[in-house]
Amino acid sequence: MSAIVQGATGPFEMVIGLEVHAQVISRAKLFSGASTAFGAEPNTQVSFVDAGMPGMLPVINGVCVEQAVKTGLALNAEINLVSVFDRKNYFYPDLPAGYQISQYSQPIVGKGVVTIDLPDGTAKSIGITRLHLEMDAGKSVHDIRADATHVDLNRAGIALMEIVSEPDIRSPEEAGAYVRKLRSLLRYIDTCDGNMEEGSMRCDVNVSVRRPGEKFGTRCEIKNVNSVRFVMRAIEYEAARQVAVIEGGGTIAQETRLFDSQKGETRPMRSKEEAHDYRYFPDPDLLPLRLDAKWVDGIKAALPELPDARKERFVRDFGLSPYDSSVLVTEKENAAYFETVAKGRDGKMAANWVITELFGVLNKQGLDVSKSPVSAAALGGLIDRIKDNTISGRIAKDVFEIMVETGKDADSIIEEKGLRQVTDTGAIEAEIDKIIVGNADKVAQFRSGKEALKGWFVGQVMKATSGKANPAAVNAILDKKLKG
Amino acid sequence: MAIDTTTVLKIARLARIAVKPEECAPLAQEINGILAWVEQLNEVDTKDVEPMTSVVAMELPRRKDEVTDGNIRDAILANAPEAEAGFFVVPKVVE
Amino acid sequence: MSRLTDLSLREARGGLTRRSFSARELTEAHIKACEAARPLNAYMAETFDQALAMADESDRRIKAGQGRLLEGMPLGIKDLFCTKGVASTACSKILKGFKPPYESTVTAKLWEAGAVMVGKTSMDEFAMGSSNMTSCYGAVTNPWRRKGDNRPLVPGGSSGGSAAAVAARTCLGATGTDTGGSIRQPAAFCGLVGLKPTYGRCSRWGIIAFASSLDQAGPIARSVHDCALLLQGMAGYDRKDSTSVDKPVPDYTTVLSGSVKGLKVGVPEEYLVEGMPDEIDELWQKGIAWFRAAGAQVIDIKLPHTKYALPTYYIIAPAECSSNLARYDGVRFGLREKGGDLTELYSNTRAAGFGAEVRRRILIGTYVLSAGYYDAYYLKAQKVRARIAGDFREAFKQVDIVLTPTAPSPAFGIGEMMDDPIAMYLNDVFTVPASLAGLPAMSVPAGLSGDGLPLGLQLIGRPFDEETVLRAGGFLETAAQFTAKPAWLEGGHA
Repeated sequence: MSAIVQGATGPFEMVIGLEVHAQVISRAKLFSGASTAFGAEPNTQVSFVDAGMPGMLPVINGVCVEQAVKTGLALNAEINLVSVFDRKNYFYPDLPAGYQISQYSQPIVGKGVVTIDLPDGTAKSIGITRLHLEMDAGKSVHDIRADATHVDLNRAGIALMEIVSEPDIRSPEEAGAYVRKLRSLLRYIDTCDGNMEEGSMRCDVNVSVRRPGEKFGTRCEIKNVNSVRFVMRAIEYEAARQVAVIEGGGTIAQETRLFDSQKGETRPMRSKEEAHDYRYFPDPDLLPLRLDAKWVDGIKAALPELPDARKERFVRDFGLSPYDSSVLVTEKENAAYFETVAKGRDGKMAANWVITELFGVLNKQGLDVSKSPVSAAALGGLIDRIKDNTISGRIAKDVFEIMVETGKDADSIIEEKGLRQVTDTGAIEAEIDKIIVGNADKVAQFRSGKEALKGWFVGQVMKATSGKANPAAVNAILDKKLKG
Repeated sequence: MAIDTTTVLKIARLARIAVKPEECAPLAQEINGILAWVEQLNEVDTKDVEPMTSVVAMELPRRKDEVTDGNIRDAILANAPEAEAGFFVVPKVVE
Repeated sequence: MSRLTDLSLREARGGLTRRSFSARELTEAHIKACEAARPLNAYMAETFDQALAMADESDRRIKAGQGRLLEGMPLGIKDLFCTKGVASTACSKILKGFKPPYESTVTAKLWEAGAVMVGKTSMDEFAMGSSNMTSCYGAVTNPWRRKGDNRPLVPGGSSGGSAAAVAARTCLGATGTDTGGSIRQPAAFCGLVGLKPTYGRCSRWGIIAFASSLDQAGPIARSVHDCALLLQGMAGYDRKDSTSVDKPVPDYTTVLSGSVKGLKVGVPEEYLVEGMPDEIDELWQKGIAWFRAAGAQVIDIKLPHTKYALPTYYIIAPAECSSNLARYDGVRFGLREKGGDLTELYSNTRAAGFGAEVRRRILIGTYVLSAGYYDAYYLKAQKVRARIAGDFREAFKQVDIVLTPTAPSPAFGIGEMMDDPIAMYLNDVFTVPASLAGLPAMSVPAGLSGDGLPLGLQLIGRPFDEETVLRAGGFLETAAQFTAKPAWLEGGHA
């Protein structure tokens, strides 16, 4: 995947903006006292307000307001001390009142910025246009009966933060990094669980293409893409499609499209074919939302350390590379795990073990760090044994494997399996002597200049000692003996 | 800003109210009558006037984040023209 | 003893307390009156069994010495209020059969105060109208007739059923709602007292919404004191309504001193509108004279944007209603008509379910909010609305209360004024400004027209100063000595 789509007539640049809908973590809904818990029986978490029953009125949940402010602050954004709730009017069966309460011209959060870290070690700033609070719609289920759609309003009314980015994104990778970064931020501050499978974070992706240097092309909006991978694939597909249309002499119609994850394609959404006119106007059931500047300052002061600050600290305090550091801080649980491992130890070594070995195992087993079979303390213990020369780095990997399987700590595994490193130079010397005697030809070749053979001798010593010989001692003694 | 029958059909579509062809012209006439009558608001100087968005001078009250409602599915569905298996039912929607 | 149905609410309370009669007897008398008054079509649903059960409970309470504010008082409830398990339809076909599983805050408060519901009163569909002609249950007949003329008249609207029910003595009082005059104008047309409280004084929760920034519940009764008692039972903060104001509810009945000495009464010249019958101006002048004679200070004031109130209202109210009524789509409750697809189902349901006036207002509201027109219409109207509210704010720096006529005419005939929507809208010319400004306003019957129909004067007060409105209204009531009775009571309609 690359930022440039190579068309038959030349290169095209992608221009991408994202609208991320993040479900706010709260016990109750934005405008009603019904529960927000996921997975309940249909229509059991619905109040008369959520069902749009006649005469029902919204009352805002203060925690949802606080969560939006917290998120705005984490996005380095302006907090608007006065914001207004508007009605967005349209008919759809999962929108009971016939309007969504949202924020249109005066959102609670204004311009901000998010920094994304790219695999090549560079960072890029993505502008945030705004964040506004709105209510989620219910769910339409299309597969219970062939001739009918079933409507469940459990989700209707849950608070959403719609986070709109500037069209600053130029590649699927950047889009992926942006979504991951946003998810990371939201999780750090506990305002959204970022669970894309359960739909608590959903992306609408705006894609257009242009020849480099030209002005923005017509964009298409791909609705409700529900994983980072799909966001990237949808962009890839859509950009290629648009280039093909343009190069075929066609023009891009501004439209809403749907991503079919099975086929990896986008297609126009039938229900959105009609031009919309949402007739926004301030909701007369609600008053303007006024925030106290001191209250906002208090929230700001109470924000936890955010991923960017933590990344800087890891680079500074542990000497990590910016990219390794960004990998470690993405999930706050991972970062905390790493910090426990690294505390009082070699930070770089700890980072390598966490990123390469631990994450390797977790990825393979599909586990979160919270379910890791090896605790941070245990991994730290293993690193200690490397540092104090009890075991070599290679043996440590075997020990780690056993730790993963058994959950035991490094010390008991080293004891049980007799993996303690041989540092007794006498014993090593004896093994080396045996090898030199038994391989006179190789010794001769070495002495005649084929010094690369030293590695072979090291290997033989390790084999003879089941890998337990201290590599430094082996090297030193071999050097002495081989030179004769 | 007189409206014609095409506009009547457009707003009727937005409002999801079926309008018969023969109703369009009289509706356009009625609506135009009312729109012409409200034109007189243009006589009022509203430069620098903030639109009145709330009648009461108070702060928007905020609820505590407590689950106080729900688990009333029977009542929610009681008046539904069609319900099944705990869901509201509508004719098939194609996305 | 006079008939139980002729008692004022205040007198009935006294009678129950003194045990001159039981709550059951009181309710039974009103049920009989309801049955006799069926030709008026004031009720869309009678709830007599419920009424008797409530009355029996009141009797138990009274016996136990636990009588409450409105113990045993038979009331009519406008069909805009959701009443649990009882049809609540806004008199619209689209809600026919709808029985809410919840009770509106205002009615719940009334029941907690001991009141008894005799039935749900008819109204203009979704409270849109000034004649009660748009109810899906048919027109309501005003108990009053013109002198020597037996043609039926409208009771006004939209709370026309409530007004007719109270005037015909089928209940001691009734709830109404007022968006642009829907309590005050029918009260005036039926010779009653009707009070629209300050916006935010009574909870809107559970009242079927018409125009949310204007809707306000209030009482219709046969005396100012009765209105005060009912308001006492209806008013109060409700955390379920974000526009409900958290202010203590004063004891409204203690403010009816009858004295207006030193009261500054504003008279706005702008309310002298073109084409208004002389007799209405004359009544207004009479009212001014009564106040002056009682030691009030009458002050000429200016409310310069008055003439723009009606067109402002007819942008804002339809805009809000177009959105508020979107929920009637045939999915979760009410009428559902068939359609080939969902859009057709919606469109057919809403075309069949809404009457002509409601459809017209939804279309206008949809238009004024639509892309390209919002600024020219809706935003402009909200700015003019701010001007109108500003006029009142200025005026109330000088005066304590504003005195105007309630309506530009007495009750008109059923079927009249139906062809021209704007002519119908003009009925609200005097009531709409206070609605737009959210102010408390009351209509008090003050005299009869030349052909023997009641005419009302309106008192508009400062925000949350219902006390002064009631005090001035109490004075006006005494001064006017309005004792005329509707033809219905004088042997009924021939």
